[in-house]
Amino acid sequence: MNLPVREALRSFRRAPLLSALSVAAIAFSLFTTGLYGLVSLNFSQSIRTLAERVEVVAFVLRGTPAETITLAAQDVAAFPEVLDVTYVSEDQALERAQAELVEFREAYQDLTTNPLPASLEIRLKPEYRSAEHARAVADRLAGFGFVDDVRYGREWVERLDRIRRLGAVIQLVIGAAFILVAVAIIGVTIRITVFQRADEIAIMRLVGATNGFIRGPFVLDGAFKGLLGGVIAVALCRLVYDLFRLGLGVEFPDLAFFDAGGVLLIVLFGTLIGLTGSLLSVGRHLRQV
Amino acid sequence: MIRFTHVSKQFGNGTQALRDVSFQVGKGEFVFLTGHSGAGKSTILSLISAHERPTEGDVRVAGLPIAQLRAAQVPRLRRRLGIVFQDFRLLEHRTAEENVAFALEVTGARPEAIQGKVMRVLTKVGLASKARAYPRELSGGEQQRVAIARALVNDPPIFLADEPTGNLDDRAAKIVFRLIRDIHAGGTTVVFATHALELVRAAQFRTLELKQGGLVYDSAEEQGVVA
Repeated sequence: MNLPVREALRSFRRAPLLSALSVAAIAFSLFTTGLYGLVSLNFSQSIRTLAERVEVVAFVLRGTPAETITLAAQDVAAFPEVLDVTYVSEDQALERAQAELVEFREAYQDLTTNPLPASLEIRLKPEYRSAEHARAVADRLAGFGFVDDVRYGREWVERLDRIRRLGAVIQLVIGAAFILVAVAIIGVTIRITVFQRADEIAIMRLVGATNGFIRGPFVLDGAFKGLLGGVIAVALCRLVYDLFRLGLGVEFPDLAFFDAGGVLLIVLFGTLIGLTGSLLSVGRHLRQV
Repeated sequence: MIRFTHVSKQFGNGTQALRDVSFQVGKGEFVFLTGHSGAGKSTILSLISAHERPTEGDVRVAGLPIAQLRAAQVPRLRRRLGIVFQDFRLLEHRTAEENVAFALEVTGARPEAIQGKVMRVLTKVGLASKARAYPRELSGGEQQRVAIARALVNDPPIFLADEPTGNLDDRAAKIVFRLIRDIHAGGTTVVFATHALELVRAAQFRTLELKQGGLVYDSAEEQGVVA
């Protein structure tokens, strides 16, 4: 077996309690960060779901020929911001109103003429679901001669934008704080491991080990502990997620968990912190002795 | 082999460990470093092994200038030195043979060559039968012999001993000293720091005496024979 690998395994076997504590410290640091990641992920997902409702509606003047509307709809569909365009005729609008606005159902049934106009309902692509883009699309739609009025829920979309911006800043700041705390805790944990093996390092140097040779097992050891900590952190996050989803008696049907990329990211992050933490700690120690 | 030219060493806390020390040790020579605690014996060994750098003056070991040694050259120098200490400095979680093998492993020696070499040196120090024992299972004298075996396994041309008999009873100390004499008899240059004057007097090797960081006596100068 390769010597650095053997030495790394030996360090696990030699000090199982310290190794277990190191893995636990890494796991819990990543677990808290991961939990925050889950909250953040679900917040973002909720905002995205809300943003799906961002829609621009262009009301069509009565008497506009169907071909004109069809051709215009094709033009609108070609806008870079537009996901799709749906034409809602006057009759369809009335049917929908009767179905959705239950409290006015009787009022609608008594009508002799349909007061509702036809419209083009325009959904935007996810990256364009903001007040700025909705306004831009609305402005362009207003330029069509057959368009009577354009609505996109300006106030609501602007409020959504503000929530999204505030959310992004909070996610970034708190996320960075969580990551920093995790890095600090993991760094201290790894430094304790290095201190615990200070005598061994001194002996390695005494017999002519190069710094690279000394670093090897520590870096592997740190990377492995980070990897293990990452896997445990993901498992704990999953446990909490399942408890929330199934165990608390409260339904969270849309609650999301990390996808494969997210899981890999946490595990890689743990591995990377373990690896770089070890590299820095040993390097610092080697410079001091 | 080893040359100190007007060497002074002051530590960061202001302690003046060596003051203007000059001497040479020739190839194959055996030199005692004597003096009270704090006289500078260990500092000289630390300078030879590049654990410390001189504040002033020049230290050369096998032609290498210690003050100018690059970090990458230090391990190479140490592989040419065998070093033993009063406190043995063995890895507690490794057996005697693993401790000795470790000194070869760090040099990148081929695994198939390691076992034979390790057993050869353990036999040389009389511990072949305790190759599988852990340091805690060995007496002080035996632990020091393992440390000597580790120091010898790379066939170093220079052997440094820092109070190697300081923690041992008389019998164990004699065995260890006899071993180091045998190493010297094989052509290895030996620098042996000790305050055991009876050992120094009995052995009749060149003696350098230090006092408060200064070299106050060199038996070779007295005899008119300086390497």
